[in-house]
Amino acid sequence: MRPWHWVLGLLALVARRLRRRGGETPGTAPGVPAGSERGGDGDTPEPIVPAGSPERGAENVVLGLLGLACVFAIGFVVVYAAFDVAALPNELLGICLGGSLVCIGAALAVVAKRLVVTEELEEEYPQANPEQQREVLEIVHESGSRITRKRLLVGAGLATGGALSAAALTPTLSLGPIWDTGPLDQTPWGRGVRVVDESGRPMAAADIRQRTFYTGFPEGASTELIGAPVVIIRVDPAKLELPANRHGWAPGGILAFSKICTHAGCAVALYRKPLFPVLEPNNALVCPCHYSTFDPYTGGTVIYGPAGRPLPQLPLMVDDAGALRAAGNFSGRVGPAWWAARERPT
Amino acid sequence: MSRQRHDGLEDPVRFIDERASAAPLMRKAMRYLFPDHWSFLLGEIALYAFIVLVVTGVYLALFYVPSTAQSVYNGTYAPLRGTMMSDAYKSVLQLSLEHKAGLLLRQTHHWAADLFLVAIVMHLMRVFFTGAFRRPRELTWIIGVTMLGAALLEGFLGYSLVDDLLSGMGIAIAYGVGLSLPIIGGPLMLAIFGAPFPGKPEFFGRMYIAHVFLLPAVLAALIGAHLALIAARHHTQFRESKRTTNTRMVGAPLFPAQVPRSMGLMFLVAGILFLFGGLVQINPIWQWGPFHPYLGENGAQPDWYLGWLIGALRLTPSFDVTVGHYTLIPNPFWGGALFPLIVLGVLAGWPFIERRFSGDRAVHNIAERPRDAPNRTAFGVAFLTWVFLIFAFGAADRIFVLAGLSYDTQLYIFRIGIWVVPLALFVLVRRVCRQLQAADAVQAIQEQAEEEAEQETQRPQPVLRSTRSEPTA
Repeated sequence: MRPWHWVLGLLALVARRLRRRGGETPGTAPGVPAGSERGGDGDTPEPIVPAGSPERGAENVVLGLLGLACVFAIGFVVVYAAFDVAALPNELLGICLGGSLVCIGAALAVVAKRLVVTEELEEEYPQANPEQQREVLEIVHESGSRITRKRLLVGAGLATGGALSAAALTPTLSLGPIWDTGPLDQTPWGRGVRVVDESGRPMAAADIRQRTFYTGFPEGASTELIGAPVVIIRVDPAKLELPANRHGWAPGGILAFSKICTHAGCAVALYRKPLFPVLEPNNALVCPCHYSTFDPYTGGTVIYGPAGRPLPQLPLMVDDAGALRAAGNFSGRVGPAWWAARERPT
Repeated sequence: MSRQRHDGLEDPVRFIDERASAAPLMRKAMRYLFPDHWSFLLGEIALYAFIVLVVTGVYLALFYVPSTAQSVYNGTYAPLRGTMMSDAYKSVLQLSLEHKAGLLLRQTHHWAADLFLVAIVMHLMRVFFTGAFRRPRELTWIIGVTMLGAALLEGFLGYSLVDDLLSGMGIAIAYGVGLSLPIIGGPLMLAIFGAPFPGKPEFFGRMYIAHVFLLPAVLAALIGAHLALIAARHHTQFRESKRTTNTRMVGAPLFPAQVPRSMGLMFLVAGILFLFGGLVQINPIWQWGPFHPYLGENGAQPDWYLGWLIGALRLTPSFDVTVGHYTLIPNPFWGGALFPLIVLGVLAGWPFIERRFSGDRAVHNIAERPRDAPNRTAFGVAFLTWVFLIFAFGAADRIFVLAGLSYDTQLYIFRIGIWVVPLALFVLVRRVCRQLQAADAVQAIQEQAEEEAEQETQRPQPVLRSTRSEPTA
């Protein structure tokens, strides 16, 4: 069974039918019985839509376009059925379906431009209705003639509406821990937590090299938590200018910072070489979303971009086996800032 | 009794009228008039893009799985095999690569969303610059601006549902912007996400129901109200002939003239969208890979209609408003929340802002030419330029890659340019409008004089002839 044979057969049928149509005597348009022309009776009323002259050429164009639309639509079915999923060309499907719709649109455009009677009519714009406005007010006012304490009743109604709205909205509080914002401040890190890589293997301090960066996670916690991922780099310890209270946070020049940007929460996924070594001698951590740039040498301070807070630093230590461990929690809140964000996480 | 045609229509018409008493309404609706101008079709394009979105969207919804449950991919796309990914991302991968015609429908849906917003913005500009929002059409305008806001959110949710790397970064930014809302940010984001980012697994179900039901329902209701208000007050029209006045409209009836035009436009819009869906790749999600909060990528750009927000977020200088140890207003608030609120607020309130300045409370059915309202036109150009420049800065990293102009240099040019250029344009556009008006006035006087001269020459002295070549009737 070859689908193309079907298409060709159908085309031949359509073509023969069209030719037979063309041979018919003009004037007896199919569909409208003879004798239906206006003026059969003596007192013909004025037509609503004025009569126009026939346009057989335009009709033929419309018929041709609709025929083409049929061919495209059938082509869509054929293409869908004929190809295997892996080999199915999306382009051909789009051409078939889009082509069919475009042909119908073009046919309708020809109908609009050439086939339907074109009229240009006038009409008054609708006006406001002061009489009915007055009556609406009158009905409302007169309907309350039995009510004596109108204000009290309206007030009671409003109060009830407010109370019921509050009741109706209350279940939305179950959506999340609305009053308990504690989770926003929590991280899975703490003193002694081992640093592991994406597949859960402990990261050895000796494996951390300069001029590249690593992503570490707290052992045993989900990697999907916003407080979990840290970016780990090694720099020349002599160049470090960490704040005085972060003494010993970078054993051997190994630094760890939260990987979540303090601006809008994207991953700080770029480690930038200095663009102008004279002005800015150090590598920097960059967020690709809005280009907030943090200086790891000074403890994650913002040196460029929109972020309003430094990148929180995680104090590190190296255990007896040479593996990296957290020496405490971050220096500040992890993730994008919000109202009531404190400097240190809980 | 006059003879009637018998072509099979009488029975259905009688059936409907007897049961719904609908003949008077049908009779009136068929002769409802549409002024004939191409720019009045921009809103229709938006409507037809919406219809394509609903149809293709229903199809996509039959395959999509709104879940962040993680599992290993074993599908047909070899480079991602063995990767951990969410069921949401996996279902869209399968829909695109393993179901026949799935990719066509997804790409068409995406193109339709982009066109939907293009058409809305173009339509909004047409209505703004012709003053078509004035009394009695202020409500129609406000509903339109509301729909723009809803469509922006709907589009964002749509590409966020895919859960590829880019869409995940988008949700992270939305979370950051949401947190930055003063006071309510934290509780609100915990309510929506269910937990700190990336949220509980239910969060994707919530986005999904908002994208496929809540916002489409809101949009459909607003479209209905928008169209009902237009039908009640009719279109505005340009003063194209002397028959057109502020109280009388000239146009073509819904039936037979407008129906094939509108339907034709609908099929053309749908057809072109499907051609794009088939021929022009959009958002090849298999290339981005799955999202995890610890992953990011450089050169990421949102869909065009959110470019103004990424531009605003990037332009904002580095500061948080803090009080002691507390952050009062975090940085993303300015570019991500306040800026769009100002833009949509100014747009929604414009009919009333303009009325305050012009004192014009009259009913207007004639659409003005932009030059005839120099202040509005100048403000509109300046306002749009302001938004557009901020939008353009959202692509500064791409401009750097393409043209080599450093991001830093662009940042400082734009920080000044977004204020200076609109101001300069305001002055310039107002002056151009006034000059065009003056030229129009001169031309009108000239034409009137010529007409009078022609009328005089017609009668007594056939010696003098007008320079105009057209014969006088």
